[in-house]
Amino acid sequence: FLGAGGGNDIQWCFSQVKGAVDDDVAEADIISTVEFNHSGELLATGDKGGRVVIFQQEQENKTQSHSRGEYNVYSTFQSHEPEFDYLKSLEIEEKINKIRWLPQKNAAQFLLSTNDKTIKLWKISERDKRPEGYNLKEEDGRYRDPTTVTTLRVPVFRPMDLMVEASPRRIFANAHTYHINSISINSDYETYLSADDLRINLWHLEITDRSFNIVDIKPANMEELTEVITAAEFHPNSCNTFVYSSSKGTIRLCDMRASALCDRHSKLFEEPEDPSNRSFFSEIISSISDVKFSHSGRYMMTRDYLSVKIWDLNMENRPVETYQVHEYLRSKLCSLYENDCIFDKFECCWNGSDRQIIFHRTVTFFLPSLCSIVMTGSYNNFFRMFDRNTKRDITLEASRENNKPRTVLKPRKVCASGKRKKDEISVDSLDFNKKILHTAWHPKENIIAVATTNNLYIFQDKMN
Amino acid sequence: DTQEEETITPERAEEVKLKAKYPNLGQKPGRSDFLMKRLQKGQKYFDSGDYNMAKAKMKNKQLPSAGPDKNLVTGDHIPTPQDLPQRKSSLVTSKLAG
Repeated sequence: FLGAGGGNDIQWCFSQVKGAVDDDVAEADIISTVEFNHSGELLATGDKGGRVVIFQQEQENKTQSHSRGEYNVYSTFQSHEPEFDYLKSLEIEEKINKIRWLPQKNAAQFLLSTNDKTIKLWKISERDKRPEGYNLKEEDGRYRDPTTVTTLRVPVFRPMDLMVEASPRRIFANAHTYHINSISINSDYETYLSADDLRINLWHLEITDRSFNIVDIKPANMEELTEVITAAEFHPNSCNTFVYSSSKGTIRLCDMRASALCDRHSKLFEEPEDPSNRSFFSEIISSISDVKFSHSGRYMMTRDYLSVKIWDLNMENRPVETYQVHEYLRSKLCSLYENDCIFDKFECCWNGSDRQIIFHRTVTFFLPSLCSIVMTGSYNNFFRMFDRNTKRDITLEASRENNKPRTVLKPRKVCASGKRKKDEISVDSLDFNKKILHTAWHPKENIIAVATTNNLYIFQDKMN
Repeated sequence: DTQEEETITPERAEEVKLKAKYPNLGQKPGRSDFLMKRLQKGQKYFDSGDYNMAKAKMKNKQLPSAGPDKNLVTGDHIPTPQDLPQRKSSLVTSKLAG
């Protein structure tokens, strides 16, 4: 099993599954992003239909110490709608590409959600009181005849059933010619970046009518286009630093203090390629689909088609660690190219930043984790975790067949070639339509959210 | 020759398979076919001239004969706003919230 250090092995158990049971998946229900907020109390999903669903973890019941709180629906709203840009003859999908939460400053919660062209700032607020006892209005809202008012009273707030409202507070539009793939909030909590295939823009959260272009890799002659931006993220601590990855497998780190237009990188992270290994597929499978800084900002993780790589920001010439997600697919690249699966964009994530150690249910210590585990998805509804300390890895499956809460998930194994052992699955039996592209790890606890095509699974560490 | 087979990487073997199926693959000078496709996602062409011709055809069945090729029809294959699938937003609540 996967060891989290110090004999504290994580044993993953099924907790919940959300979404329709039937196999007939409506396009709109395809989950396109999953994100915990900073406290982990809220879990947001976005889908191809432009809708956002937010789940809230219920308060921990002190008597029910065998499981952490369950996630229930808190709010759901239509974030984006389909549009047609008649001027450019461009159909704009309502699919939510990314959701990023702002840290909580007051009673309300804020998140940024984006489709291909427009970013929106949403405010999610609770209302649990309403004013009653107006002088000029009846309780149902109808106006009273003023001549019937003989006394005056002061309206008072009375409790009501909790209502959660989502309202769009800012719309950041018209700044991207190409399709937005990333948004990232700066550690200053005032600005954020949005990246499309060729450009990255810097916004201020309060200002919607302008943004600054900070990266532009569009060539003067589009025939010379060889590389596009695939992901971008701000450094977690340095508000002047961000990285962006490319379709050629490189990552560039930029410092906004160096110049207004960060076309010249401060650092270029690239693993040298073995020329004898080069093939038609090399560039495609080296394209980076996700980049994530570790919580300390010392490391970053990238995901390409077959592997996860950990980079030390101090070393540009190669990653410090490489983990093979599904190496057995290397001999299937031809068919994966034909069915377009080779272009699937998998994400990756780090374990949470705090590790809890509970003694006798009364004393809890929080230890800063060393970002020791990474998680990413694969096919057949499998997902993978790699422990950087023990170098052990595990493959688990998100399936309704493993539905019993508090039963530890059984590890899966794919048989690449040769004789298939019992309980192994052969590469040719894998279902390539069952992709896990989006996963998220609770920022503080060992709770993970795993999205299959149209279902959201929540798994928890088994508590003793 | 078994010795030759051993030196081919699995990736190269897959490339050989692919090239056998699609011999013209990768022969165009710009290797940015995937990239251009990615950039052009969502592009649906609309020609206002063709659109108006099609609209006029609906109003008045008789078109002036254009010449020998009377069966040549323009404006039928290029999408008009009416032809575009109705991209209504999902009025149904997400099943995750059900």
